[in-house]
Amino acid sequence: MPAISMTVNGEKVCGDVEGRTLLVDFIRGNLGKTGTHVGCDTSQCGACVVHVDGKAIKSCTALAVACDGVTVNTVEGLAKNGTLHPMQEAFREHHGLQCGFCTPGMIMAGIDIVKRKGKKLKEETIREELEGNICRCTGYHNIVKAIQAGAAKM
Amino acid sequence: MSDTGIGARMLRKEDHRFITGKGRYTDDINLPGQAVGYFLRSPHAHAEIKKIDIKKAEKAPGVLCVLTGDDAAADNIGGVICGWMIHSKDGSPMKAGPHPVLAQGKVRHVGDQVAVVVAHTMAQAKAAAEMINVSYNVLDANVDPVASQKRGAPQVHDVASRNTVFEWELGDKAATDAAFSSAAHITTLDLVNNRLAPNAMEPRAAIGSYDAGEDHYTLYTTSQNPHVARLVISAFVGLAPEHKLRVIAPDVGGGFGSKIFIYAEEVVCLWASKRAGGVPVKWVADRSEAFLTDANGRDHVTTAELATDSNGKITGLRAKTIANMGAYLSTFASSVPTYLYATLLSGQYNIPNIYAEVDAVYTNTSPVDAYRGAGRPEATYVVERLMETAARELGMDPAEFRARNFVNSFPHQTPVIMCYDAGDYGASQKKAMEMIDYAGFEKRKAASARKGKLRGIGFSNYIEACGIAPSAAVGSLGAGVGLWESAEVRVNPVGTVEILTGSHSHGQGHETTFAQLVSDRLGIPADQVAIVHGDTDKVQFGMGTYGSRSGAVGMTAISKALDKIEAKAKKVAAHVMEASESDVEFKDGTFSVKGTDKAMAFGEVALSAYVAHKFPTSEIEPGLKEGAFHDPTNFTFPAGCHICELEVDADTGVTEIVDWVAVDDFGNVINPMIVEGQVHGGIAQGVGQALTEAVVYDEGGQLLTGSYMDYCMPRADNLPSFKLGFTTTECPSNPLGIKGCGEAGAIAAPAAVMNALTSALGVKDVAMPATPQNVWNAMAHLREAAE
Ligand code: FES
Ligand code: FES
Repeated sequence: MPAISMTVNGEKVCGDVEGRTLLVDFIRGNLGKTGTHVGCDTSQCGACVVHVDGKAIKSCTALAVACDGVTVNTVEGLAKNGTLHPMQEAFREHHGLQCGFCTPGMIMAGIDIVKRKGKKLKEETIREELEGNICRCTGYHNIVKAIQAGAAKM
Repeated sequence: MSDTGIGARMLRKEDHRFITGKGRYTDDINLPGQAVGYFLRSPHAHAEIKKIDIKKAEKAPGVLCVLTGDDAAADNIGGVICGWMIHSKDGSPMKAGPHPVLAQGKVRHVGDQVAVVVAHTMAQAKAAAEMINVSYNVLDANVDPVASQKRGAPQVHDVASRNTVFEWELGDKAATDAAFSSAAHITTLDLVNNRLAPNAMEPRAAIGSYDAGEDHYTLYTTSQNPHVARLVISAFVGLAPEHKLRVIAPDVGGGFGSKIFIYAEEVVCLWASKRAGGVPVKWVADRSEAFLTDANGRDHVTTAELATDSNGKITGLRAKTIANMGAYLSTFASSVPTYLYATLLSGQYNIPNIYAEVDAVYTNTSPVDAYRGAGRPEATYVVERLMETAARELGMDPAEFRARNFVNSFPHQTPVIMCYDAGDYGASQKKAMEMIDYAGFEKRKAASARKGKLRGIGFSNYIEACGIAPSAAVGSLGAGVGLWESAEVRVNPVGTVEILTGSHSHGQGHETTFAQLVSDRLGIPADQVAIVHGDTDKVQFGMGTYGSRSGAVGMTAISKALDKIEAKAKKVAAHVMEASESDVEFKDGTFSVKGTDKAMAFGEVALSAYVAHKFPTSEIEPGLKEGAFHDPTNFTFPAGCHICELEVDADTGVTEIVDWVAVDDFGNVINPMIVEGQVHGGIAQGVGQALTEAVVYDEGGQLLTGSYMDYCMPRADNLPSFKLGFTTTECPSNPLGIKGCGEAGAIAAPAAVMNALTSALGVKDVAMPATPQNVWNAMAHLREAAE
């Protein structure tokens, strides 16, 4: 089994993985970081979104071996010294979650949208950019509001 | 109103763990030594199993055991059951075929579980499953519910001839027929309520763990009602008595009905753990498996008629529905197209005569059961499509036609069992019309037309029966359980409180709203209240969360237990303050003696109750803990008016919802922020049904919509932001005045969209989901007219 190492939420980690192990399984299984979720098997739902070298990717779509040496940030790594990231805070403030299952992916996707599109986000832009994330609970109404507010505070 | 009391927009207490990735869903739990279970599933919709050869698989690397239906039979593992008895018109009981936890003799839908492989890793389990050799005798499949009752259709279960589970009726046929014979006008609609996959974002999962030392089982599962799961697995499956089985439903990532039911996989994980020598067995559905095996929703084919007199008053409603049950009767399947459907066919209207016939049929498809709204969306779809269509045929404004027929005195006994207790349907319609600027619609339509767009507007004045339900009443209708709820209030010596509830939160925010109730009643901050739920070892019993019942029934149980806490605390306070009990008052968290300055805070009284120094323990027991079981006295009747405005692109058939107003009457509201969220989510699911979603099988019973590539979930860019308003009539049947809000959006939305769409296109019906292709086809008349 190939050995890989990467930096996850600022920590150096390593492990042995099979060639077929997905990044999400490495994060959840080997590292025990279960904040990143799996909601589908066709790369459609976005519950598994993490940041790899600063860019949002679906971690169910990357092989762990292909991520040897990268820097990964997951939802667990967002809060610093007990202070929530503005995007996390905005999801809470605007009731952007119900069951919470899509939430880590939504927050990670939201931060990535801000990185790419700036802090002043129009509703339409957010709705378009969320194309890769499915939520079954909220009807997106409050997720859109949360991302808009979180973006402004980032 | 305090910041954390009833009516406050308090932010959710549970959010912190979810936004920081610390939620604890079933798949996040890993028990020491845990193995995985992998189900070998039928590739055929309908086949006899001639032989299953597991020899090679059993010897494959990493395999702990391979189990089939024969093993289940040998171990006396019973099948899963349907808990609601329906009788046909002729008095005969419904024909429920067996539903073994692993197929015995026959497979009845693609995805039916044939065997389970338990192995150390998923890769090993899957490799071993490939080595199982099943010889099938493939049979013709019965897929179309309408054709399933025809002579010669393939038979799904021997017990149900013509694939008919029951032929049920409700209402007075003769009187309704008479109303139709003398009607001035009759409106007829043929409607298909499309089949949906609930698609909670967390797929179903289970971990079964057997402890040989204690002869005890533990099940972690994605359940909306762990106690009901334990009851069924104990009493019907016969795996273990209740005191030997603990069921834990930790954080659950959405349910929408699909996690009410007791599924075969949960039973198999428990049983397989014992067979594998006590190794915990974990199974997590992937999304493909969810599409194949989660109970679906809706799937009705209906012909409906509305009779009106010459004054535009409704005189009768008739409906004939064929309801697809799939291959097996799921836990509450039989109640959905009967008592949760036909009892709501009076809508918000005075309809003197109603008659409904429902035939439930088996097909070689996955089971169909309750999905958000469960029967009530189907009823609303029938009633509200009829109302709008009748108004158009009569040349009346649809709002005016509705207003003319509203129920406006209460209580109102409908001809279909329900007795509406409170409401003001005119008020919600009026407010919704103002919010959407109904008067300005024609102008907006003209503006759209200038852009080449067809604009439509549609109403849906839904009513639902929630707060399910008075136990004796549902018992008389066939329910195998009572539908009360339980609560226990444990006050700690320092005055903090734990609430143990039989309700289960899987997104509804009970940790917040239930704490608000306690904060309001006891005058303590909400952060001093913890809500404990979802564990049969902690909470004594409960009926769980579905049918918008957690507020009206679950919180009322808490409220009743709080009454007892207050009564006892008063006694304690009276002794400590040396006053007569009748002079002690409790307000804003303080017990005080009338006419004196003597006072004690709630926490001080709690401490006194536990210290027990200052009252006679022969009269008052030490401690402060009370419980209550609440059985509702009636259903509750949330109702409202949703108006959808949309534009259709005449060149492409693409529909865009441009405005949405929802005015709902949920009675009193504990937390408006959470209630609004429930409405948003419900509308999105209803819009999904109307515009994008459908479960489709081919004629051979193969599922064509087995992933998110083919089953079109509504995404952020398919939906608008919603405008919400509220009107309030208090619910008279519970002390909190709550009606419930969880299903309203999903119930109201499909009819609003389709009424708007048919208005835009000037057609009588468009099939749901109104995909661009369906809409394009429905526009043929417009293209011809243009040529
Ligand atoms: S789990 Fe990665 S997109 Fe669904
Ligand atoms: S909050 Fe439940 S799926 Fe988004």
